[in-house]
Amino acid sequence: MIKVALAGNPNCGKTTLFNSLTGSTAYVGNWPGVTVEKRSGTYYPNKKKKADGIEIVDLPGIYSLSPYTPEEVISRNFLLNEKPDVVINVLDGTNLERNLYMTTQILEMDVPVVVGVNMMDAVADSGQVIDLDGLSKALGVPVLGISALREKGLQDLMKAAEKAAKSPRKAVSLIKVDATLEEARKIYEDAGVASPLFHATKALEKDEIEEKEHAEEFKKVAALCEKQSKDFEAEIADERYRFLTPLCAKLIQGAARQEKEKLSLSDRIDKVLTNRWAAIPIMVVVMFLIFHFTFSGDLFYLGAMGVPFGEGYPGFISFTLGEKEVIEGVEQAVVYNPFQGLFWTGDGINSIGEFFHVLAGDGSTGVLGLIGIGLKALLMACNAPEWVIGFLYEGVYGGVAAVLGFVPQILILFAFFAILEDSGYMARIAFVLDRIFRRFGVSGRAFLPMVMGFGCGVPAMINTRTLASDKERTKTIRVIPFFTCGAKAEFLTLIAAAVASAVGFDAGAFTFLVYLLGVVIAIASVILMNHTTLREKVPPFIMELPSYHLPQVKSLGLHVWDKGKHFIQKAFTIILVSTIVVWFFSNFTWNWTFIPTADEALALTEKDSILANLGMLIAPLFTPMGFGTQIQNSWLFSVASIQGIIAKENVTSTIEALAGVIGQEDFSGVVAASFAGHSELDIAASLSAFAVFNMTTIPCFASVATAKAELGKGKTYVGTVAFWIVCSYLMGCLTYVTIRWVWTLAISIPVIALLFVLAFLYSGHKNKKEAKEA
Amino acid sequence: MTLNELPIGSSCLVKKINGEGKIRRRIFDMGITPGAEIYLRKKAPLGDPLEVTLRGYELTLRKSEASFVEVEEEKGDAQ
Repeated sequence: MIKVALAGNPNCGKTTLFNSLTGSTAYVGNWPGVTVEKRSGTYYPNKKKKADGIEIVDLPGIYSLSPYTPEEVISRNFLLNEKPDVVINVLDGTNLERNLYMTTQILEMDVPVVVGVNMMDAVADSGQVIDLDGLSKALGVPVLGISALREKGLQDLMKAAEKAAKSPRKAVSLIKVDATLEEARKIYEDAGVASPLFHATKALEKDEIEEKEHAEEFKKVAALCEKQSKDFEAEIADERYRFLTPLCAKLIQGAARQEKEKLSLSDRIDKVLTNRWAAIPIMVVVMFLIFHFTFSGDLFYLGAMGVPFGEGYPGFISFTLGEKEVIEGVEQAVVYNPFQGLFWTGDGINSIGEFFHVLAGDGSTGVLGLIGIGLKALLMACNAPEWVIGFLYEGVYGGVAAVLGFVPQILILFAFFAILEDSGYMARIAFVLDRIFRRFGVSGRAFLPMVMGFGCGVPAMINTRTLASDKERTKTIRVIPFFTCGAKAEFLTLIAAAVASAVGFDAGAFTFLVYLLGVVIAIASVILMNHTTLREKVPPFIMELPSYHLPQVKSLGLHVWDKGKHFIQKAFTIILVSTIVVWFFSNFTWNWTFIPTADEALALTEKDSILANLGMLIAPLFTPMGFGTQIQNSWLFSVASIQGIIAKENVTSTIEALAGVIGQEDFSGVVAASFAGHSELDIAASLSAFAVFNMTTIPCFASVATAKAELGKGKTYVGTVAFWIVCSYLMGCLTYVTIRWVWTLAISIPVIALLFVLAFLYSGHKNKKEAKEA
Repeated sequence: MTLNELPIGSSCLVKKINGEGKIRRRIFDMGITPGAEIYLRKKAPLGDPLEVTLRGYELTLRKSEASFVEVEEEKGDAQ
């Protein structure tokens, strides 16, 4: 099978071309040893699925073959090491000059190249004509005009690629550099390096990767350069444009050159969105609306404003399986009502995200609930033993369904962010915020992954790949968990309600304060890391601001599905295993006796389970946070916290499941029973610490796995997990101690201030030392 | 003068790029090379970074990075 690589600048329509060529065969491939994804699919001529398909690899968009971000390294390595049969270099026809810059670099490799000038329809609309034959002659490779969006010229492009793949192409340099380049090329050729011209050019440019990969040849070339005091780096870049500028002037005809100066629609939108006064308020509103539409159960706060919604939407089916439960001493039939509250609840109208969340449901509600209840009914009809039903329905299906229920909501969040990215607005947000973020030690680009953390940490961590430096990525990944994600919102709501009923502190204000504390911890952590372990000069911020355009539905859908699949795969495996293990530990005693719920004759309760015993064992660890040995039922809080490390949804589900064990109906009841005899202040302190600890600690196994994939297995990854544990423990203790004994602030504030002063002194000292050495 | 000292709404020609390493190459790669014409469109709402137009596209860079770019202001350009 012929292997074709798609290479080109970001925003040149490469991915649209990929989707048009491969249709639904696109998939995300994780190549071994490589953390960054490139997509691969198959193209079938005439859209018939025959054996003679062509493999197409879509590489991350890059501006140059001198890599800058991890994504760019992947593209370069693929072109050099994986040896595609032919490279299709996709160019944005409306921005030919800068796009051709990388073409001149690709042509320096010994690989067949076909150039596809994309967006020919947009070029024609603007009244321009591009002389494609002239371009082909100038570059020495086939050049074809295409429109990936309207699927025009794609067959011809692929035919040309197939033809080009059959005969090898010798590298050419389109720039005029003196004899040194030829000498350098000889050095590489004699050493038997493939594509010697490319490597020689990079060596003259003093490329860092080149220095690492071919140390010996690089030294020889460096010796050549020393003889003359020339700045080859500047000269080569200069020569490339000196070749391209007159070429483009000659080949492009039409009124387009002046057209740029007209105020286009894109410019007018930009005037508003990056307006000096309106930019930041608009941004805040947009972000707020995205989260509101995705997570809110009270759309536009109609419920909070007093619009009555009664009991909520009753649901359109309800049925029983003949089971009984005891509510307030009265035996009643268990009624299933899977679509209760689908459109609105007593609190208000559901947002689109919440609607899909309720529709998908969990183990006993929504579509997933219907399947689960069906499974349960089937098992009951077969007279399966209680523990089998419990294991399959609660252990296996319940855990998986609880996670799957969140997938639609997360996909909707992805879709919103994809629209922001696709439309070009995300680049402007980075532009507006860079000034603020730089003060903390990251660039404006770190905004996107951080704000995505409010939704889900897994895609947020993957998104850090677009950041320029490794240290910036590490810093960002480490603080992403402090941006309270959707799963944490669940238990926060629960704790806030308990705090409200115990000490009368407003639940909404409590939740907001915890969110805010998370952001403050994130900023403080970035600043501290920036001055100690992850010191670096502020990463550069040189970025293209693409024109605004409407997102395309097809590519948006594929994008969301791609990310969604990634999430499902990662979360699924971990959650499935952990729920099974936890189910066993919480339902069996040490001598492997099953603890039945209906039969109390054995006098066993869940307190005798392996899990409860382990919980009691570790409870002393939580004593400094106020929910350890000083309270009754401390094991319950310990178990919930430990389970929360597997997945934050577990905090809620564990608390609710175990509440029944100690004879309580909900978390507020658990709190009342556990803290009997404690003061209100004590309860508030312990619960706040419980909330803060769970919010800042290891977010979930899925995000730990993602962090590992993104950071590698080494010290950085281990350090990250250790940082989460230590940080959350300290913050939990600090919260408890501060609320319980406010006077301790007189100690803690100076200590924290001293910590920051020491960090600043340390980095100041290091900077001076480095400046001296340099 | 350097690019960061240019008044908003004026154009200039690039003379020379100072600095070194990755940042310098990035500046080249994005098309800021000697002889390139740059139009300074605006500053971000908080005063930094800058937005410029060159070679038919929009680019943003910080003042600190723009200070590496030596330019010559083009007179008589009333944009």
